[in-house]
Amino acid sequence: MKKILIVDDEPNIVMSLEYIFKKEDFQVYIARDGEEAIEIVENTIPDIILLDIMMPNVDGYQVLNYLKSSETLNKIRVIFLSAKNKASDIELGLQLGADKYISKPFAVKNLVKEVKELLNKK
Amino acid sequence: MSSFLVIAVILVYLAVIFYVAYWAEKNSKSRWVNNPYIYTLSLAVYCTAWTYYGSVGLASTSGLKFLTIYLGPIIIIPTWVILMRKIIRISKGNKISTLADFISLRYGNDRFLGALVTFICVLAIVPYISLQLKAISETFNVITKHHISAISILDDTTFYIAILLAIFAAFFGTQHTDASERHKGIITAIALESVIKLVFFLVIGIYVTFYLFNGPSDIYNQASLLPNFKAQQTIDGLNGGFNWFLLSLLSMIAIMLLPRQFQVTVIENEREKYLKKVIWLFPLYLLLFNVFVIFIAWGGNIIFQNQQVDADLFTLLLPLQNNNEFLALLVFLGGFSAAISMVVISSLALATMLSNNLIIPYGFLKRFSKSESAENTESIKNIRRISIFSLIIIAYFFYKSFTLDRSLVSIGLISFVLIAQLAPAFFGGLFWRRGSSKGAKYGMITGFSITVYTLLIPLTIESQSIASSFVNEGLFGINILKPYELFGLQLFEPVTHAFFWSLLFNAIIYSLVSVSKLGSYRERNFAEMFVDSTKYAALQEGAYVWKGEAYVRDIKKVLKRFLGESRTERALNLFYMKYDIDKNIQVADARLVNFSEKLLTGSIGSASARILIASVVKEEEISLTEVLNILDETQKAKESNKELKERDKQKDEFLDTVAHELKTPITSIRALSEILLADDEIDNPTKKKFLTSILNESERVSRLINNILDLEKLATGKEKLDLNEHSIKNTILKSIDPFRQLVVNKGIKIDLNEIDDALVVYDEDRIQQVIVNLLSNAFKFSNEKNGEVKISTNVNHNKVVITVEDNGKGIETDELISIFNKFYQSKDQTLLKPIGSGLGLAISKQIIESHNGKIWAESRIPQGAKLTFTLPLNRN
Repeated sequence: MKKILIVDDEPNIVMSLEYIFKKEDFQVYIARDGEEAIEIVENTIPDIILLDIMMPNVDGYQVLNYLKSSETLNKIRVIFLSAKNKASDIELGLQLGADKYISKPFAVKNLVKEVKELLNKK
Repeated sequence: MSSFLVIAVILVYLAVIFYVAYWAEKNSKSRWVNNPYIYTLSLAVYCTAWTYYGSVGLASTSGLKFLTIYLGPIIIIPTWVILMRKIIRISKGNKISTLADFISLRYGNDRFLGALVTFICVLAIVPYISLQLKAISETFNVITKHHISAISILDDTTFYIAILLAIFAAFFGTQHTDASERHKGIITAIALESVIKLVFFLVIGIYVTFYLFNGPSDIYNQASLLPNFKAQQTIDGLNGGFNWFLLSLLSMIAIMLLPRQFQVTVIENEREKYLKKVIWLFPLYLLLFNVFVIFIAWGGNIIFQNQQVDADLFTLLLPLQNNNEFLALLVFLGGFSAAISMVVISSLALATMLSNNLIIPYGFLKRFSKSESAENTESIKNIRRISIFSLIIIAYFFYKSFTLDRSLVSIGLISFVLIAQLAPAFFGGLFWRRGSSKGAKYGMITGFSITVYTLLIPLTIESQSIASSFVNEGLFGINILKPYELFGLQLFEPVTHAFFWSLLFNAIIYSLVSVSKLGSYRERNFAEMFVDSTKYAALQEGAYVWKGEAYVRDIKKVLKRFLGESRTERALNLFYMKYDIDKNIQVADARLVNFSEKLLTGSIGSASARILIASVVKEEEISLTEVLNILDETQKAKESNKELKERDKQKDEFLDTVAHELKTPITSIRALSEILLADDEIDNPTKKKFLTSILNESERVSRLINNILDLEKLATGKEKLDLNEHSIKNTILKSIDPFRQLVVNKGIKIDLNEIDDALVVYDEDRIQQVIVNLLSNAFKFSNEKNGEVKISTNVNHNKVVITVEDNGKGIETDELISIFNKFYQSKDQTLLKPIGSGLGLAISKQIIESHNGKIWAESRIPQGAKLTFTLPLNRN
């Protein structure tokens, strides 16, 4: 069973994502901010992370930087899931090393498809 | 002493001076050459052979009067930090190279005025130079015991010395074509000479005071027995007092306006801050120089009391009398230094004036504008070299052919009086906008004529023993026209008398003409620039003001003739870079025109530069004040543009945040709806939970939209406040109502005990909105277990202060201000996002401010947060 970590500070978004991926047979982990996300990643190395950017304290960029600077964690797939959708934001996200950048609001089917594709890629 | 020995010593000494100048020119970047001490010492060129010998002569006959010559400078020099700085700034900014240039530029590049100043200076200074040569020659004769001066010029040592000095000045003075550049070689040599003359003078002073006599009191005791002693050592009543005053004033002007002083103080100034050293060090130098004058004079009077001896030569005769030839040689060398430094600097300054303000503008402009650059720079240098030689040779012949019987001091003073004629135009030009070139010219001519009438003519008649009743009976025998007692004024000695009348009329004519007739627009612009130099300094090339048509190509052609191809290109490239101008633009703007004019000014003087540039430029009148206004407006436009950009940026940021805040609830709504739509197997409780969330998020969107609209309305003042008188207590109670249920549920205590009532004018709905917002924050953040919220009011004489406190965690100091920003949400919020839009406090702030009140937060960690706002009370 693939492990997915959802990082977002919006309870209703988390609720919907949790439902969706449980239904797709993922083992779902939830973090409400960057700090919590890093804690969870260290304990249970997930296969993929859905990462919001604008969060209190430690934000999405910082989480990604943390992952990329660690040899054991830098292989984890990361999808940015953010309402920031200017071209410059997307470019910055991908430059930092995210595998995908999906803007909010997102289409559920499309999100699931992207996640699966990314996990199937070697 | 043998004349060969003395000549040998002179030659060695000159060789040293030449070498020092040469070395300084080669090492012009050295710290030894560029420092405030060299600068200060070079100013001591003020102390000439006159100081060396003449002061003593004057002191022996007239007591303390010699001091006036140094009193003036000592009084005025401390003001230089301001006054001289202004002059130096203007001169540097405009590449001014002489006093004549300075005055001519101030009055709109007036060619005639520059020539007039040059004429007066030459007339004043050439006899002064001859006096130095005379001093050299006389002292040479004294020390070598020649009693008759050489008859043939070719036998006269002084002639050869004069030639050597001319070579020195011509060689080191024309290293650059640009005369506004510094002459470091000459200045360093002069500074060295200043040290030599001071040290040797102190040596002879100590020798006379402590060796020939037993200290100052011994000299005083012996001297006081001499006849006339008492009368000599006092100021001598009111008459004497006036003479003292006027002589001090005269020397005050001289220290600034003598061409050689202007040269060393202004043109050769490397850094403005050197003035800070000068203001104490230079007066100290002058004081040191004068310490022993009176003792040498008294000593001479005592020792030579019954002999016919020239008091001017006491300094030299005293050691000779005592067979101390070596000391006499030192004195001779000191006086020689003093004389030659004056000759060199004066001839250099005058030659530059002659070339840049008389010869080139009147004689050579046409030729120059046709020739090539190499030829031109060579001609300019040659004109200056020839001028230096001519000046020194003329001075030599002047001394040879006129019996200069007058003592050293009085000839020096005559040149002071002539130079003082420049003072009204110079100082008036610095501080009085209205001073005009016509006023300056007429004033100068009047003052000059009076000086000629009251001083030069009678002195010439007296000294050349011409029989005439002019002096004693006045012109045509009219009493009030007696040259020494003009209009019956008998108060003064001849020099002060001439100075008084000439300067008075000069100043009166200058002011009257200036007031009655307005100068041309051009000179008015320069007047602005000189008088208000600090204001215009920042404008630099843009300062002057010009409107019209000119082509870069034409201007370049003129520049190349004088500066050469490569220097022109280099200068223009720098200029383009400085102002960031496109090189390909063919039409020249005001800055280029002014810049080019300045470039040329250093080489050929301001008047000529003006004429040359004007020949390729079609000019229209525009006043400097107009230009300032234009510049002001562009500045304002730039500022408001910046403001607009800033506002745009803020608006962009605001829109970004709004979009982000709106997308967040919509994301939830969309995702949850999609799930509900696609998933048929979803169980009922989950379905219900999802639908509730959708509903909440929809409410959040509409609340957000309302808030944004609110904020927009308040910020732009689109919504009028519904102002009426209300009881603040009622409003507070109304605001609490909606929370009653919540308070009971969460078990929060509300403290309402400290509410003073007052009638205040405000928009009740809006103030209620503020209180609700503050309360909801307080409830949200108050302690979870036993929450307490207190609302209180305090009625002041001019305002009501309303405070809402909770017992939560409090607000971090660094957040006290930012919590009022739009969309700001505290870093320390509980994990569950509160329902706020992030706009509540921003809106509250907007509302309170539109009521002319204030709102702020206080940090009370750990007691809790305290938010306060005020509403003004209008008692009327």
